[in-house]
Amino acid sequence: MRLDHEIIVGLIRPGSRVLDLGCGDGTLHALLEKNNKTRGQGVELSETCVYHCVEKGVSVFHSNIENGLQGYPDQSFDYVILNQSLQEVKNIGLVLNESLRVGAKAIVGIPNFAYWDARFRLLFSGKAPVTPSLPYNWSDTPNVRFMSLMDFKIFCREHEIEIEKTLPLGVHHRISFWPNLFAQNGLFLLKSIHS
Amino acid sequence: MDNFQNSVGLVEVQSLTFAEPPDTLALASGKSLGPITIAYETYGTLNRDRSNAILMTHAFSGDAHAAAYHNESDKHPGWWDSMIGPGKAFDTDQYFVICTNVLGGCAGSTGPSSINPETGKPYALDFPMVTIVDMVECQRHVVDHLGIDKLLCVTGGSMGGMQTLQWVASYPDRIHAAIPIATALKHSPQQIALDEVGRQAVMADAEWDRGNYYGKGLPRKGLALARMIGHITYMSDKSMEDKFSRNLKDKDLSFSFIEDFEVEGYLRYRGDSFVKRFDANSYLYITKAMDYFDLSGDLLFPHGGTVDIRFLVIAFGSDWLYPAYQSREIVHLLKTRGVEATYCEIKSTYGHDAFLLEIEEETHLIKHFLDKTVQLVQKGK
Repeated sequence: MRLDHEIIVGLIRPGSRVLDLGCGDGTLHALLEKNNKTRGQGVELSETCVYHCVEKGVSVFHSNIENGLQGYPDQSFDYVILNQSLQEVKNIGLVLNESLRVGAKAIVGIPNFAYWDARFRLLFSGKAPVTPSLPYNWSDTPNVRFMSLMDFKIFCREHEIEIEKTLPLGVHHRISFWPNLFAQNGLFLLKSIHS
Repeated sequence: MDNFQNSVGLVEVQSLTFAEPPDTLALASGKSLGPITIAYETYGTLNRDRSNAILMTHAFSGDAHAAAYHNESDKHPGWWDSMIGPGKAFDTDQYFVICTNVLGGCAGSTGPSSINPETGKPYALDFPMVTIVDMVECQRHVVDHLGIDKLLCVTGGSMGGMQTLQWVASYPDRIHAAIPIATALKHSPQQIALDEVGRQAVMADAEWDRGNYYGKGLPRKGLALARMIGHITYMSDKSMEDKFSRNLKDKDLSFSFIEDFEVEGYLRYRGDSFVKRFDANSYLYITKAMDYFDLSGDLLFPHGGTVDIRFLVIAFGSDWLYPAYQSREIVHLLKTRGVEATYCEIKSTYGHDAFLLEIEEETHLIKHFLDKTVQLVQKGK
């Protein structure tokens, strides 16, 4: 099981209602339904991925994330997941606010642009970094936002989003020492400051 | 029998008559109708606990013959044979599939061409206006007659999708799942306009004679013209380019008004063959039923709250007759009620016809969706 999936499975209370924005092929969602007895919905832009979701028995809307969020009444879900999909969204503020409107909590997983290897590549080769968590070439990346774990924390502070938990991740284990330098990905458990 | 491979094989049209005197069926219009005969076909076997039934609802010009063949020399199977049969999306080894001809139709069910028992003549325009609600009411009679309490699934494309949605509104407790395809919660002004042009084409034909053409003539030209317009709306700019381009029927231009282009020939052929199988008054009544259909706002869930129905909503990229945004409106409504659903917009160049042609994609979605539905239903027991 992927480390981020394992941690998300650990974060979510059994029986929760989950909205998974950018659910990919539905692996995580199917896992949650099986292990955590969750119910809910995936949202995915790729038609091929939609077929994979349906194959796994995952209910999925073929849509981008912004439209996928629209229309839900407040607090329809216990968790809204944005695992490795937030960086593909333009309006980060809107999506996070909407996520915390329709969900009690949000779980966000992002690649860390300030990972040491990315810094080194940029510094020494002078080229846009390609790393395991940022695997794309600059010319074909679906990512439109590039942030570090620190950037994300600052953003949340400025937008009145409370970070309940920060879980910096390496490939096989969690990172506790200088995470903004040594973590490839970060998982955040968020809730609205007003809730 | 070779061509029956991968098919249900031979099938017979059956029929159910109800609302016989002194009973009648109360219609949505406030009028009543009876007796009513509904033609239907079934494929596969109903299981012991009657839990594997799927109702197929047909599109505007469809009929009860959704799959299989009527006789040994039959060249063409039913209209959705590629989806219904052993091992197919609606696997007849597993499911019991029912398809009825709609009320107001002309393929075995009571419609304007049927004999009015009061006069002994065809109803013609004395036939009361029928709606999608009434069509579903008739299907419910057939489902009751077959002893089925709860359908595993209701599905259909285009007008079939409307009937599917109407089942959700009328009988939410009698279906486990709904698969509305390339359809809408209501007709847009554009859709009503296209229907009206078709109706006017029929009614402008002198042979139509205010609907009283039975036993005399046939509004051939009007009905064929209506169908030609219809076929344009079923295709896309791209699919017409791929199918016909500007190809000529003969080597040179004729410099006359005979059909020069293949597309002209195709439309004329489609128009002419439609006249042979479809009743002009049915055309008027059924298009009107579609135009009246409206389950927007709170109407899809008239009892309020939510429903325990799984949804698979399918739309097609190039469909401009029932554009994907109309399917997304269904999805939006489901979201507001917290109803679990899957929505897929299949990339296709076929336009509205795609729902009859994009078999591989639809099969993939529907097969797995039904598998999961069966799983959940069994778990819920």
